[in-house]
Amino acid sequence: MSTVLPAAQAGFAHLHEHKKPRRALPTRTLIFAGLAYLVAAFFLLPYIEMVISALRPQNQLLDRNYLPSHFDWYNFIDIWSTGFGNNLRISLEVAGGATVLVLLVAVPAAYYTARQRFRGRNAFLLLVLVTQMFQPTAMLVGLYREFLSFNMLDSVMALILVNAGFNMAFAVWILNAYVSAIPAELEEAAFIDGSSRIGALFRITLPLALPGVVTALIFTFISAWNEFIVALTLTTSPQTEPLTVTLNSYIGQYQVDWSHLFAGSVIATIPVIILFSLIEGKVVGGLTAGSIK
Amino acid sequence: MGVLTAEQSVTTRVRRKAWSPAKLAPLLWVGPAMLLIAVVVLWPVVIMIRTAFQHISPDGFILGSAGWKNFVYLWQEPDLPGILIRTVIWVVSIVACTMLISLVLSQLFNQKFPGRRAARWALIAPWAASVMMTSIVFRWALDANNGVINVFLNDIGVLYGYNNNASDWLGRPGSAFTWMIIVAIFVSIPFSTYALLAGLQGIPSDIYEAAKVDGASPWRTYRSITLPLLRPAFIVALLINVMNVFNSFPIIWEMTRGGPGHRTSTTTTFMYQLKQSYIGESAAMSVVNFGMVVIIVLIYLRVTVWGKDEAS
Repeated sequence: MSTVLPAAQAGFAHLHEHKKPRRALPTRTLIFAGLAYLVAAFFLLPYIEMVISALRPQNQLLDRNYLPSHFDWYNFIDIWSTGFGNNLRISLEVAGGATVLVLLVAVPAAYYTARQRFRGRNAFLLLVLVTQMFQPTAMLVGLYREFLSFNMLDSVMALILVNAGFNMAFAVWILNAYVSAIPAELEEAAFIDGSSRIGALFRITLPLALPGVVTALIFTFISAWNEFIVALTLTTSPQTEPLTVTLNSYIGQYQVDWSHLFAGSVIATIPVIILFSLIEGKVVGGLTAGSIK
Repeated sequence: MGVLTAEQSVTTRVRRKAWSPAKLAPLLWVGPAMLLIAVVVLWPVVIMIRTAFQHISPDGFILGSAGWKNFVYLWQEPDLPGILIRTVIWVVSIVACTMLISLVLSQLFNQKFPGRRAARWALIAPWAASVMMTSIVFRWALDANNGVINVFLNDIGVLYGYNNNASDWLGRPGSAFTWMIIVAIFVSIPFSTYALLAGLQGIPSDIYEAAKVDGASPWRTYRSITLPLLRPAFIVALLINVMNVFNSFPIIWEMTRGGPGHRTSTTTTFMYQLKQSYIGESAAMSVVNFGMVVIIVLIYLRVTVWGKDEAS
């Protein structure tokens, strides 16, 4: 941008020989790029190690090296014999159920607070913000005793409710912002054509707010999928626990079942990282929107 | 925007006058959300506080009121002072390091360079992945026998040999706690960097151009323009981090389970350990933790728009 060093110009000129004349990258930019790539690679390291460890052949698991002599898919096949599939299904049910529930309660709330000024609106938004700040960890004892008294320990429904409750705020903020940005005239036109408010919401507003809906959907799914401590508290048997708790149970007091642990972690982690990358740019907005009302 | 709200309020007013049951309409739209919050967030708080004052047997029977006894037992725990000190160190060191590193990284990732999208994308991995699984990888990488971090430290000549005291990072409380702080910083940086990046992008570029015209040095520009304008984003990210780090459970649980003894526990993991033995005392610890959470929330409300609104 600012200073183009002759050396850099000369060194990279050949790269652009066949294209139309273009300025070579300044040294400053190259240094920034190099640093940024290094940082980025550093943040990927644990997940690369996770994949490598999962692919280590059994007899090389405890070797003191960075890479095994060859990769072995055995762990990914063997893990299904441990009942892992059942826990995967529970995780899918919990995350899927929580996502559906969040959309069911957050869409009307976000839509209404964006479109109408009513008494108690600010109080409601404040309550949502406080919910977002609270974390289930602090009130674990209360959650445990509540669901115990409902006779809902070991139930998928309990996990759906808790995950939906604590992730609803994010969906409310992000949807609220998207709906606010859509001109109300569009809906009013639909009213004139005889459409009801709900009809206008579904036919006009929601399709326009689709990126917000998708962001809320993916975020809730990932949060519920990754949730650990509530599931650890509200489930008591291997048949009813989601993935995170199952993986935790591979860590025994004296022995750790590393090969199954990493195969399971890869299955549970890699899809989530890819999914998250789709909404990466929008998440901060949903997490901090409450602070700017 | 202004025209819109005026129109909206007109329609609302007309509707309200014409049809009075419409006053209940808001409840129809926000009611389900309120019900969910009541069941999953508010009611557990009530139960938790009640449990803290109950005498409950290990098999779950309520044996009557305990008065303040649960809190007295908690106060008398010999490990409590260490746990409280460690909790303060945990929150302060992690949040401070995270915010400082994120300031630098957000500046770096805000530069224009080829492949910026891909580099930013890589940064999200620890944010998207379950903290619990990230912690497990670090536990594995620190293994005294064959952990890859120990392999690396042996290669560069910092460590000599395996299965010795030096390579057993998680076996010694001091080094275990330090490593867990590093892991916590590692998983907190992506969100903080993204939050600061969003703040940086919100600063209008013409201010920078004006500074350039005035001949301000880059450092001067950063101190007088970037930092003050970044303040709101910085404070919000900082407080969200304080909340997350204070409530952090999986890192300590997966790497040491709070041990040896309770010597790497914070109040959050200690609360969980108490829950498995004596739930009344655990509830007392929860109430203390929850008090801390409420204080953080109040500060958050105070420093953001909500606080300014109430003041006026």
